[in-house]
Amino acid sequence: MARMRPWALAAAILIGTAAGLGAFTFGYARGYSYLTNDPAACANCHIMWEHHDAWAKGSHHAVATCNDCHTPHNLVGKYMVKARNGFWHSFYFTTGTYPDPIRITSRNHEVTEHACRYCHAEITEAIDHGPGTVSSGDGQAAADGGGHSSEPISCVRCHRYVGHWVR
Amino acid sequence: MVLRDRERRTRRGVAARWLVFVAAASALVVAGVAALLTSIFQRQQEARNPFYRVVALNDTIDDPAVWGQNFPLQYDDYRRTVDQVRTRYGGSEGEPHSPGAADPRSVVAQSRLQEDPRLREFWAGYAFATDFREERGHAYMLEDQEFTERQKVTKQPGTCLHCHASVYVPYQRLGNGDPIKGFEAMNPLPYFEARKLVRHPVSCIDCHNPGNMQLRVTRPGFIEGIRLLKASQGVANYDVNAQATRQEMRTFVCGQCHVEYYFKGPEKRLTYPWGKGLTADSILAFHDSTGHSDWTHAISGAKVLKAQHPEFELYNQGIHARSGVACADCHMPYKRTGAMKISDHHVRSPVLNVNRACQTCHKWSEEELVARVTIIQDRTFEMRNMALDAVLQLTHEIAEQVRRDSTVAGVRQARDYQRKAQFLADFIEAENSMGFHADQEAARILAKSIDYARRGQMALRIP
Repeated sequence: MARMRPWALAAAILIGTAAGLGAFTFGYARGYSYLTNDPAACANCHIMWEHHDAWAKGSHHAVATCNDCHTPHNLVGKYMVKARNGFWHSFYFTTGTYPDPIRITSRNHEVTEHACRYCHAEITEAIDHGPGTVSSGDGQAAADGGGHSSEPISCVRCHRYVGHWVR
Repeated sequence: MVLRDRERRTRRGVAARWLVFVAAASALVVAGVAALLTSIFQRQQEARNPFYRVVALNDTIDDPAVWGQNFPLQYDDYRRTVDQVRTRYGGSEGEPHSPGAADPRSVVAQSRLQEDPRLREFWAGYAFATDFREERGHAYMLEDQEFTERQKVTKQPGTCLHCHASVYVPYQRLGNGDPIKGFEAMNPLPYFEARKLVRHPVSCIDCHNPGNMQLRVTRPGFIEGIRLLKASQGVANYDVNAQATRQEMRTFVCGQCHVEYYFKGPEKRLTYPWGKGLTADSILAFHDSTGHSDWTHAISGAKVLKAQHPEFELYNQGIHARSGVACADCHMPYKRTGAMKISDHHVRSPVLNVNRACQTCHKWSEEELVARVTIIQDRTFEMRNMALDAVLQLTHEIAEQVRRDSTVAGVRQARDYQRKAQFLADFIEAENSMGFHADQEAARILAKSIDYARRGQMALRIP
């Protein structure tokens, strides 16, 4: 301490303060829970309680947790989506500028659609990645075949209630 | 140069650190490559076809049995459209019929003219007053058109086959590769000559691209009609096959035929009257603007219109259409067959398939859902009867007035009111959902019809 320059000491104290406060906040906000798959973690925030309850009564309660539908099923993707959502959730909660009732964003909606197909791949093959989409094989007869069939179909448009149906 | 110990240790330290760094870097690179490899493999798996190609399909095969070799599940369901099941306001029961040389059918549907004799007067002077039967499945569309007694009382053109047969391949052949030319060539032919050029009722090729099974519109009537409609909405040169979304296609392929139409000009070109819009009033306004009428009413002398099965037009006014539900969502709902999910190609009333047609989205009991449908249809039926009675009362009053003195000014006005009232009532009468597709719109149309009919009666009294 004796030979430390004043600015170095001030910097050390500030950094230490920031680190300490950050660590405490992390513990207080249960930040470690967001690294788990526990649905209760998502319900840390009041706004999610209805959805958590609805999920508990829903058809997919026994087979899927929040992460199973709302994060991708690969290592990098999962944590990227968690990180992105974590940041934006914190941001909008701090500023309060989100629409109420909350609606899923189109990116997260896409993640969820992929989750349906991850588990139900075989059964949806014929209507999703069936003969309609990629290669057309033999018989390129008709000139009039637009690209519209390669639009993926939306599962949740009809199967709205399988996740968490908040009445 | 002999290195001192300390220098040697430093050098080794540096080398060791480099080693670790390179190992870590190459581990990352290899992980990345492995990820790429697996994702490519996954995409290739996704591209494989979940069906066995028994035959190579192309754009000249209109026989559904051939397509059925590749798609036996869908073909199996498609063939079930021979089932005749009656619902409260739809479907039909099989009625025995003695086959003859002119009409070889041994089973027909019940006559609607017998069920409701008012219809004979409603359509007096037009072929429909001779023979009009309850609807039945797609499998019968060609034979029922060929053998209906309406063919005996009037000469129908080949245009009729545009919707009642698989004409895509015949149009190509007739037009030397150009289906529009083929369409134009078949329209003016006499019906029975054109009949020789077609072989099947609606078939797979009429809705599906044989190369990739994508949905597509093949009917020139619809292609031109939707272009006209979109133009009236400010969208120029609409190309339905290039611009429709997948979900829209699931309605458009049905809209190829389940529409109001007329035959334009001496060339009998099939035209969908959508230049002013899709509502019943817009269609009536369109017909008025072209001066078209289908026949002169035998009882009142009014120049009247016949409406034909406008399901596509009425449906588009309802809440289901507004919510993005397509025809196929209810009439060809997905079903699970083994480990696959496919569209049910047994096209029929959703009331016969409530679980799959309705309950995916509407989580109530079957009894409740059917009850709601029945309430809507009963109410529409009540209003339809009122409209029919009102139009017929007007019709007879006009006839009475004409017998007394046809030069009275009110007669022309009253006939014009009959034209309007008759078309609007017929719009709902001909539409096959008994109001379900757009219940409030159906009520509005019938209300207008009744209103016009009563105004017509007033025009005869108060000149």
